[in-house]
Amino acid sequence: MVKKLEKVDAVIVGSGWVGGIAAAELTKAGYNVVILERGKNKKHEDYIGTKDELRYSKRYDLMQELNKDTITSRNSMSKEAIPVRNNMNARLGNHTGGAGVHWNGIAFRWLPYDFEIYSKTVERYGKDKIPKESTMQDWGITYDELEPYYDRYEKTAAISGEENPIGPPRSDKYPNPPMKETPNIRLFMKATKALGYHPYRIPSANASKTYTNPDGETINGCVYCAFCEEYGCDFGAKADPIGTVLKTAHKTGKMEIRNDAFVNRVSHDGKKANGLIYTDTTTGEEFEQLADIVVLAGFVFTNTKLLLHSKIGQPYDPKTGQGIIGKNFTGHFNNLSTYIGARGFFEDKKFNNFMGAGGLGATIDDFSGDNEDHTNLDFLHGYEVHYSQLGSRPIANNAVPYDTPGWGKEFKKNSIKYYNRNLFITPQSGFLPNKNTYMDLDPTYKDALGNPLLRVTVEYAKQDIARAKAGVARCEEIMKEMGADKMNVDVVKDDTVFDHKFYTDHFFGGAIMGASPENSAVNTYSQMWDMENLFVVGGSSFPHNSNYNPTVTIGAFAYRAAEGMIKFLKEGGNVAAKPLEKDA
Amino acid sequence: MADQQPPKDVNSKPQHEQDSSRRNFLKNTGLVAGGLVGGSLFGGLISGGLDKKNDQHDKTAGNEGNKGIEVTQARQFFTRHQDFKVLNAATEQILPEDELGPGAIKLGVPYYIDKQLAGRWGVNAYDYRHAPYAIDLKEVDQTAGPGGEQSILDRGMIFLLGLRKMDEESQKRFGVTFDQATEEQQIEIMTDVEANKVKMRGVKASEFFILLKQATLEGAYCDPLYGGNFNMEGWKMKEFPGAVASYSNYIESDEFVKLDPVSLRDYQGH
Ligand SMILES: Cc1cc2nc3c(=O)[nH]c(=O)nc-3n(C[C@H](O)[C@H](O)[C@H](O)COP(=O)(O)OP(=O)(O)OC[C@H]3O[C@@H](n4cnc5c(N)ncnc54)[C@H](O)[C@@H]3O)c2cc1C
Ligand code: SF4
Repeated sequence: MVKKLEKVDAVIVGSGWVGGIAAAELTKAGYNVVILERGKNKKHEDYIGTKDELRYSKRYDLMQELNKDTITSRNSMSKEAIPVRNNMNARLGNHTGGAGVHWNGIAFRWLPYDFEIYSKTVERYGKDKIPKESTMQDWGITYDELEPYYDRYEKTAAISGEENPIGPPRSDKYPNPPMKETPNIRLFMKATKALGYHPYRIPSANASKTYTNPDGETINGCVYCAFCEEYGCDFGAKADPIGTVLKTAHKTGKMEIRNDAFVNRVSHDGKKANGLIYTDTTTGEEFEQLADIVVLAGFVFTNTKLLLHSKIGQPYDPKTGQGIIGKNFTGHFNNLSTYIGARGFFEDKKFNNFMGAGGLGATIDDFSGDNEDHTNLDFLHGYEVHYSQLGSRPIANNAVPYDTPGWGKEFKKNSIKYYNRNLFITPQSGFLPNKNTYMDLDPTYKDALGNPLLRVTVEYAKQDIARAKAGVARCEEIMKEMGADKMNVDVVKDDTVFDHKFYTDHFFGGAIMGASPENSAVNTYSQMWDMENLFVVGGSSFPHNSNYNPTVTIGAFAYRAAEGMIKFLKEGGNVAAKPLEKDA
Repeated sequence: MADQQPPKDVNSKPQHEQDSSRRNFLKNTGLVAGGLVGGSLFGGLISGGLDKKNDQHDKTAGNEGNKGIEVTQARQFFTRHQDFKVLNAATEQILPEDELGPGAIKLGVPYYIDKQLAGRWGVNAYDYRHAPYAIDLKEVDQTAGPGGEQSILDRGMIFLLGLRKMDEESQKRFGVTFDQATEEQQIEIMTDVEANKVKMRGVKASEFFILLKQATLEGAYCDPLYGGNFNMEGWKMKEFPGAVASYSNYIESDEFVKLDPVSLRDYQGH
């Protein structure tokens, strides 16, 4: 028997950045909010004294418990999918604060080109430039329209950065100056400048100094402790939902976070969502939390799974191209982006590689998006090449030159010798949607509650491989200029296929946004076209993937969605239809 | 990437050195003093390994001047001493003792692995463990389960079967157990295991090898609380200072900064 719980103004799946931003804005406006979070109750206190590489980076203590729910994966429409069984292939958020607790804090904005990618491509190169398999589309919003929300998120999350010499326009500078500069970063910046590029410091949510955000929450100055990515911050110095938006919502007295609450369905009558059905995993009891508005903020996979499982919207069918739910899955994939590049080994230089912070580094935007002329290139979109000093921990970092064996005497000698004598640079590249890369429900595998797992199919297109190759070549050029004595340069083969790794947590699509219900599931306020009191928020609404980390853009759209929710609670209807009054 | 590359040169021979402190270990643990040496319970242990004068491979971590560690160095997972001896020899081949410092055995790696296999990692507790499993492992993309995750076997079983396979292979090829084989012979077998030239049932030999190598590196460089990285010797070799609270004062330095390592026990201030 499902027990019905008294109606609240809003019920939200997930307590990450997206759920947290929605909760903060709704509660500040006076609404009552319940967040259902499958993970455990966590506070900053849980992260004091957690500098334990084995526990957090090898046993993935903070990541999704795959024994309860996972995804299945295949790299061709013609194959059967296999389940992702271990976190080494999927680092997804869990617990209070979601992935926002254990992120690096690399905090980019995306490009004006991204939001109008279809029209800008046609305008510059003509329609023929768009490959046949591509399903890329405009987002229904421009960079200028999104800019105020970017500014809003950056101020909430203490972003520390400097002006990007070739970046998009900003209404204000970053709330904090960039983090400290290290010799490693200087070397990268000098080399890229010498090559005629435009390096700048990566903006970070690791605060360069103690800062109080507009909601009155304080983020401390980062101490470069190097246990950042995959760890909660020991010092409250990495902006995360726990120390910012959830705290703000908490203060209003109008938010309740229910942990160990595994949501498995949206209850609805076909036109209107009634609430969320979830299981309390500490007792096994099933509940229905009723609400005026329902917000899906459970990340791409959960958002898509809930829509499909609850039979909301038309599932995408790759054979006919019809339907929308599950369409345009994209991401950053290990063997195309981020984990490939050029590693330089230095005989006479020794670096303090063991120090660092998640967002400490520098990058160039000369090849990002459409900054480079693609007329004579066999791909669209681009890559940013960065050096990141996130702190090399010793279990994971045992790089040796290609001519050293992978174990034994020489391996030991060289892995120790080069530990503080190697630097890695990598191109993070965009990924454009294609008709065979999508999500649906798996026909075979089930989650702990007996519901079908979400199945993800990823086929790389030619242009994705060409883009990755171009990025690696650029890394090689830069690493040479940096003076490496030896280099390991990754080889991207023409027949590279998706490697079943969901490691970056940069994944998108499933309930994409647009200007019309013809080609999208939600409007630019993340409101479902055909179920107006349901908001599906986060990377799930992005029609493609840019060449940057996504969270600042996810945060900006979450602020916009929250504005839409408040408007809807007041007036009802499609909030994108009429011009909004500012700051409802 | 580079971390996973196969060895291309296997001619170099790891240096195994005599463990001069084995006798001290026996004394410190009280095995001798307590009169248990001849007892049946420890008979196999003593004669089968620790007390063997010319045994190249049965070095035990942490017996010098560190009272207390001995009690945590006993087998939790491995029931047969022979399996553990193969583990000792194999991990030492991956990270041998040399002029830079201790190898896997002295770092405590075999005991670290034993403890890990006895815990939730050994039974894949947080992994998705529902059928159907991949029966025909050839069909499964290697990248999908590099640590044998698509196998129905849990990690404990994979280790047991893998170590026994290496032992069996050694007896077949060389007429001696793996731990008694020469370094060249051990390397030959491990190279074939890594290259998947040895057949295993239920998991690919190469996947077992990936697990073995990963676990060896973990045991060498984890916080000492797990029973590996004995006395932080792994970190000292690598010049990794452990759980240092803040690098604010060093982060801009052009010079390499050498710091004494800090363990979590020190950091958490127990
Ligand atoms: C190791 C790592 C490093 C990263 N580094 C960066 C970076 O440097 N820069 C950057 O921009 N991005 C980074 N990211 C990505 C970033 O963390 C995410 O983009 C962001 O946190 C997404 O926020 P979200 O609120 O949409 O989702 P999440 O943070 O994933 O939150 C979703 C929440 O919903 C809960 N949930 C899911 N399903 C259910 C269910 N069925 N029932 C109940 N609750 C559920 C989850 O437990 C989770 O708490 C990183 C990610 C990881 C994993
Ligand atoms: S590097 Fe900075 S932001 Fe990251 S965990 Fe350490 S102190 Fe916190």
